[in-house]
Amino acid sequence: MDELGHPIVDARGLRCPLPIIRLAAAARLAVPGSTITVLSTDPAAEPDIAAWCRMRGAEVVSQEWSADENGGFLRSEVKVSAAAG
Amino acid sequence: MTYGPPAQTGHPHPSGVRAERAYLDASTVAPLHPSGREAWLTAVSEGWADPRRLHREGRSARLLLEGARESIAADLGARTEELVFTGSHTAAVHAAVLGTLRARHRVGNTVVMSAVEHSAVLHGTRFAGETSLIDVDRLGRVDVSAFANAVSEPGVALACLQAANGEVGTVQPVGTVSEATRKSGVPLLVDAAAAAGHTSIDPHWDLLTADPRSWGAPDGLGVLAIRAGTRWLSPYPDDDGTEQVPGSVAIPAALAAAVVLKTVTAQREQLGHRRRELTHQIRTAASAIADTEVVGDPDDRLPHLVTFSCLYVDGEAVVDDLDRQGFAVGSGSACTASTLEPSHVLAAMGVLTHGNIRVGLPVDVRPEDVERFCAALPGAVARVRTMLGADDL
Repeated sequence: MDELGHPIVDARGLRCPLPIIRLAAAARLAVPGSTITVLSTDPAAEPDIAAWCRMRGAEVVSQEWSADENGGFLRSEVKVSAAAG
Repeated sequence: MTYGPPAQTGHPHPSGVRAERAYLDASTVAPLHPSGREAWLTAVSEGWADPRRLHREGRSARLLLEGARESIAADLGARTEELVFTGSHTAAVHAAVLGTLRARHRVGNTVVMSAVEHSAVLHGTRFAGETSLIDVDRLGRVDVSAFANAVSEPGVALACLQAANGEVGTVQPVGTVSEATRKSGVPLLVDAAAAAGHTSIDPHWDLLTADPRSWGAPDGLGVLAIRAGTRWLSPYPDDDGTEQVPGSVAIPAALAAAVVLKTVTAQREQLGHRRRELTHQIRTAASAIADTEVVGDPDDRLPHLVTFSCLYVDGEAVVDDLDRQGFAVGSGSACTASTLEPSHVLAAMGVLTHGNIRVGLPVDVRPEDVERFCAALPGAVARVRTMLGADDL
């Protein structure tokens, strides 16, 4: 959780499909319409988070790569729907 | 008649099954067709000499080489003199791209291509020019109007579009795209690596590449055709061989490729119809598994390929599970590739890149093997999901 109470899934260092499984597990507990943040490093997570959102009726609010000392990570903001999970 | 690798007993599998092998990964490399084996052996005995020599042995080799050239050209819709043999499909693509960039360097160095081309097209272009990638839709089909706009820009040396995608089977609109490239005066390279031998090839290309391994010929040969009048210059050092690229040709591979292509072309409709029905069965079985998407165009597609992605599944684990049950299949998931990158084809289509399974049916596929595969699939996917703790997501 961040300071506003949004769930954060830290999937950095995990390989496909684990980041998506963590996202789905968080989505199941999330309030419909709320936003989940996913941090990931696997290049497959970028297209797969978007594909998961399409399949689950969720919405990709943003996806942005940032640099860090370990070579960078992707931050995805995902808005879950009532049916997601 | 069956061919391909001999049937073997599988490794022990959790289900206790010890199955016969079924090779269902004939998307890029098909098992050697029996007619190819015979032709290859003939050419090893009669075509071993240097085809440039004037003696009887040399003439015999030359005869086989030129016979193979004439036959493959005819089956691909090219003229004999337009055909160039290379050492591999990758080498043929590189020669096509680099030779066009060299011949048209005054025009520019941009190569317009769909976002789902073979990696050899991407790598060849990045080596000597700039890529201009054109988006595809969810089915993997290129955006024709974006393609047409891109080739009308200044600085475009070459356009490249595959006849059909080798990962998901979708047939590309080569005819429509060729009207745009012709209008813009840009040569069009059609990569028929996945399609040649399985469907007819649209003749509106300026350069054509093909991979004999995909139609059941042995390794060691690539095919490049350059239409008469197309500007192309060899990008390699001069050589005094039989081809417009350096090096000698594997004559046994060339003869085998010609004989197999002739055989499968003669039976193309029947083989296509038969395999289309079997891939349809696999599509139906895969669609019935929860959270599984069959990808690619359902109708306008290659007859022998079917690809699907299963949510919350590790591609490597499911390929391994199926392998231990006796089924060889492919995958476009990153964990099954030599790199960590996911399939650029699946990513460009916006479909799941993980949990991907790619099935390619060889021409002699047995319906009972497809039936067994369809029955084994749900269990394999379920086992991997359980292993990953993703049963109830």
